[in-house]
Parts: sequence; structure tokens; C-alpha cells
Amino acid sequence: MDQFTLNLIVIGASFALYFGIAFWARAGSTAEFYAAGQGVPPVMNGMATAADWMSAASFISMAGLIAFGGYNNSVFLMGWTGGYVLLALLLAPYLRKFGKFTVPEFVGDRFYSTTARMVAVVCLLVISITYVIGQMVGVGVTFARFLEVDTSTGLYIGSAVVFAYAVFGGMKGITYTQVAQYVVLITAYTIPAIFISLQLTGQFLPQVGLVGTYAPTGGETYFLDKLDQVVTDLGFTAYTADTTNMLNMFLVTLSLMIGTAGLPHVIIRFFTVPKVSDARLSAGWALVFIALLYTVAPAVGSMARLNLTTTFWPGAVAGETFSAPALSIAEIDSNPELAWIRNWEKTGLLSFSDKNGDGLIQYFNEPAPVVAANKAFADATKALTDAAADADRAPLEAAVAEATTAREAALDAAMLGGQSLAAQGIVGNELTTVNNDIMVLANPEIAKLPGWVIALVAAGGLAAALSTAAGLLLAISSAISHDLIKGALRPDISEKGELLAARIAMGFAIVLATWLGLNPPGFAAQVVALAFGLAAATIFPVLMMGIFSTRVSKEGAIVGMLVGLISTSVYIFIYLGWFFIPGTNWLPNTPADHWFGISPAAFGPVGAFLNFTTAYLVSMATKAPPREVQELIQSIRVPKGAGQAVAH
Amino acid sequence: MADKTSANSYWAANIRIILISMVIWFVCSFGLGILLRPALSGIHIGGADLGFWFAQNGSIYVFLVLIFVYAKVMNKVDRDHGVEE
Repeated sequence: MDQFTLNLIVIGASFALYFGIAFWARAGSTAEFYAAGQGVPPVMNGMATAADWMSAASFISMAGLIAFGGYNNSVFLMGWTGGYVLLALLLAPYLRKFGKFTVPEFVGDRFYSTTARMVAVVCLLVISITYVIGQMVGVGVTFARFLEVDTSTGLYIGSAVVFAYAVFGGMKGITYTQVAQYVVLITAYTIPAIFISLQLTGQFLPQVGLVGTYAPTGGETYFLDKLDQVVTDLGFTAYTADTTNMLNMFLVTLSLMIGTAGLPHVIIRFFTVPKVSDARLSAGWALVFIALLYTVAPAVGSMARLNLTTTFWPGAVAGETFSAPALSIAEIDSNPELAWIRNWEKTGLLSFSDKNGDGLIQYFNEPAPVVAANKAFADATKALTDAAADADRAPLEAAVAEATTAREAALDAAMLGGQSLAAQGIVGNELTTVNNDIMVLANPEIAKLPGWVIALVAAGGLAAALSTAAGLLLAISSAISHDLIKGALRPDISEKGELLAARIAMGFAIVLATWLGLNPPGFAAQVVALAFGLAAATIFPVLMMGIFSTRVSKEGAIVGMLVGLISTSVYIFIYLGWFFIPGTNWLPNTPADHWFGISPAAFGPVGAFLNFTTAYLVSMATKAPPREVQELIQSIRVPKGAGQAVAH
Repeated sequence: MADKTSANSYWAANIRIILISMVIWFVCSFGLGILLRPALSGIHIGGADLGFWFAQNGSIYVFLVLIFVYAKVMNKVDRDHGVEE
């Protein structure tokens, strides 16, 4: 059976399962649509939350980010798990006690103001819509590669699947489907990791393999030391090298943590459990299921990095990286075990070019002077080729000659494996593109694992992207139907009417998300950074203040949210372009130009701090909240009397 | 009035437990994983130095234990103050 048929069978079977569950658990009331009737047990809710939370970014991209970023990108591991501690301690139990359906509803009641509720709706929509674009792109890429269709077709198939089960199932259908999706995605992630850990370290558990010894040379060196040696041989920074900017690493971690705790689609998961004590426990169970993937991710990333490198430098397995010649193009085309290189080349996620024409692919980190000299040489050559026939060619030829000399000098000065590049006839790095996502998607192929494992990874990637997209769409539709329509525009709407409005809103949200997935503004990864920064700077502070302060007034909350929203968006837009339109940024996005070295992704905590400070100052200058709000705050602080959520 | 005093002492106990938990949360991630890594580079867990291990694996295990212990302790505090569900 060929790989395509295998992919089709495994993906088809997983989809049939999701549809079956969605049909079995379809929602009949608003309580079931928004909060699954508050009847989901904590372990199952934890599993659904884990699938909801772990997106295409976690499943497909994170291991690659860690593989190439090394220790520096530990920010994702700590940041995306530490947020659950904040949820369990600071938000989940109180919001469950509050006992209603949406985040803006809490903001509106606690800050006794429809304006506050609407500002929260705006924050929620900006966060969730930016986030959902990333998922849709993930769906498109995965379908495109594994079902051999183009990215747009992949996106349409994905949207249709989400539409079918999210619109009819509501929170109840989504929750039970997510449980199945979790099982698929965690199996798909850990099975290749176990195989690879056994190959490279002889350890069954990848977490142990990460700190274990490197098996192919008899286990005398640690795996991490081996990886550090191989990548530094090729001129890359060591995998375990310390960070160069501790403040930024600290702030990015904090931004991801409080951003996680402020993501509306994660928070609403805690409205679905029966009791306050279950809300605390549910955050713990969610983290158990998330940790199964997150503690494996650094092993997946580092081991895939070593496997990729030893594929291109076979000598690196046994000893010195350069003890055998680099991989040859003839080998790529003749060895069936290396067919994945050509397959992934078609997707554009991997590319190589034999710059020096020796038939070998030399992969290494080009030193900065060589990069600059190569670019100058290419520019000068292009200027000469493009010159009009009657132009004065002498100065252009002189420029090419000068660039050639400069390039030779740079190649002569750059060392690789104890010899200069010039002496080895190397002119530049020949593995020109290695996309981060390859580290997970092609991982089983790089490690020469069987075909069914490859099909499983495809199904896992789709499960991760679809489950998150469904959760986000639910948060978007409930904000529109429950907060905007029932809360402000048409308070007298019937339950049936509200349910219909929720389904229509979700349909529109899917269409919008699909359109944005086809036309992503700027870069999807950077858009996701905005979602975390905004969640950290708006939703998290307003919920914290709503629970832990009896003094913060409606004016304080509204001004605070606006300050957080505007300061964070403006800081991000200054470096990444206004509304992510390329070329409209005021300052280049480089560490030297960042304010105090704070990257746009690290600004969330600063925005949150501004939000807290403004809200406090404005509250001090305005009237304290009225008595019934004081009573509401006292009541959410004690678990007693939680009961069913009321639709009011 | 007795009810109010009980609610206040419950809240004070809750805040104290939250603060202790937050200190542990901070130390295992930001402390050991980032700020103290250079100082602790001499200590190793297998092939990784302590700070690296906490940043990539250890902090996650601590978070897990922390949430479950917090949930258990809070259930007891709920019962002691008579505010359980």
C-alpha cells in the first residue's frame, strides 16, 4: 500500500470518529451549546481542554522552534504550561462560581456596565480571530502535504469539517470530539518520539532520552553533548547555549504565561465542570495531558535536529562531523529512504542548491561576512547582467571584480572543520531552506519509521488544528450571540432564537476564518504573538482585578482594558507593520531597535502592568462599586452554593 | 456576623496559600530555569545542567504537582471553614 492511501485511510477513520461523536453529543439547549450543560467530569474536561489548547503551533511548530532555538526557546515550554498554574489559582474556581457562560458576561456584571462588557467583547474578538487564522493555515498546510491537494483546497476541506461538528454540536459536541482528538494527537506525537529516543539513546521515555547518552557510539557521551558538538562543528550556536538577553527571555515567558491564562477559549472550559473544586482539579488534569506532549517536545526537537544534521553529514554519527563527505544529490535520488527530501522540497518547506557544483550538499551556518560577501557578489553580477546593451559596462565589471575578490577573501577567512571554506571549494550553505515545521511533520521519515507512523502524524496535526479552531469559533460565536445580541442589542430574544443566532454567528466566523486563512495578513506566527500579548494585557488583568479587588470601578476597568489593548497593539505594529501590512513598520524588528531590548512578543506583561496601574489610579478617582457588586464579589470568593449556571 | 468573619478568614487563608504557591511557581520557572541558570551550571541531571533541565522539563513537573496539591489543600480549607459545596 502506498503512503497516500495509508494517509487517506488513517485521516478518514479519524474524521469518521469525530463526526460520530458530534452527532451523538449534539446540543439541544443554550446551556449545552455554551457550557455543555456543566456536566463534564474533570478528567474528561482536562483532556478536552488540552486538545482545545494545543494548537497547530504546539503540535507542528513548537518542536521545530526548540530544535533550532535550543535553550532560548524554552520560553514556549515554560510559558505555555505555567499559565495553567495561574488559571487554577487565580481565575478558574471564581469564574466557575460566578456560574455564567462567557468572559464578557463576567466583566459586564462585575463592573456593572454594558460598556465594559462590549470592550471585553472587542478584546475577545481580536484575540480569538487572530488566533484562529494560525489554525486555519495549519489545517491547509497539513492537508496539502498529506492528501496531495493544494493549500486552498486543504483549507476548504478543513472548514467544512469544523462547520459540520461545531455548528451542530456546540460546546457539548466540541468537548466530546476534543477528547477523541486528544487521543489521536497524543498518540501521533509520542509514538515517533519513543521510536527515535530508542534509536538515539536506547531509552524508552523521550524525557529520559533527552538527558541520556548517545547510543550509536556506545553510550560514552551524553546525547546533548553530542548534539552541541555536531551543531557547533557546523558553525551554529550550541543547543544548550545560554541566552544572550535574559530580560527578554523572562518577559516572553511571562507574556505567554499570563496570555495563556487570559485566552477566552481556554477560560470558558472551566465553565463546563459541575463544581468549583472540579474547576481547580480540571486545570490540573488539563496540564497532565498537556505535559504529556510538552515534556516530549524538547526530545522531539533536539533528536530531529541531530537526525537532520547526520543525514546531511553522515560522518557526524561516528565521530568528527567532517570525517565523511556531505550527502550527495545522487544518493538523495537513488536511496528510497531519502525520498522524503524530494517530497518535502515540493512543499517549499525544504530546499537545497548545489552552489559549488560538486554534487554534494554542504549544510552549515554561513558566517555573517560570507553571507554579506555572497550577497554583494550576487547583486553586482545581477547589475552587470541587467545592464542595457549600450550602457557603460566598465564600472559594472569593475564592481563584479571587486565583489569577487571580497568574496574570495571572506571564504578564505571563514573556517569549517579546521580548514577555510575556500580550501574546501565551498561557496555557501547549500541546504537553503529548513522550515521549523519539518521537524515534526517529516520527523518519522527522517528517522526512517514505517508508513503508518507517518499517516498518524498527519491525523495528529489535523486533530490539533481542528480542535483548537472549534474551541476558538465557539468563543467567538458565544461573544456575538450571548454578549452582543442578547446582552446589548436584543435582550428579549428567546432561548431558541439565541441558539439560532449562536449557530449563524459560528457559520459566519468560519467563513471569515477561512477567508483570513487564504489571505493571512503578514506572518501567521507573529499574528499569534499578538493574540497572547493582547490576552495578557487585557483579559487577564481585568479578570484578576474583578476577583481580587473590591475597589476597582467600572471606569477603572474600561480605561485599563483600553490602555492595555492600545499600548500592546501599537508596540507590536511599530515593529511588525500597521495591521501587519508589510513595509509599514516604523522601526526595524531587530534587538538593537527594541525598547530596552523588549521584543514585540515580550510586551504583554508591560501592557498588563499599564492596565493594572491605570485601572487602579482611575478607580481611586471615581466612586467605589455599588453594594450589589460588593456582594457579587463576596459570593464568587466562596465555593458554597455554586449550583447550575443560570441563563438569566 | 459570624458568617462574615468566617468568610473573611477563609479568604485570608486562600490568599496565603495562593502566595506560597506563586513563590514556588516563580522559583521553578523564572528562578531555576532562567535567572539562576548561570549560577547553577555546575549541577547536572544526566546530560543537562540544572537550569536547562528545569527550563525544558523540570518546571512543568513542578507546575503539575503544585496544582494538584493546591486543589487538595483548598478542599480541606473549604471544609474547615464550612464553605464547601
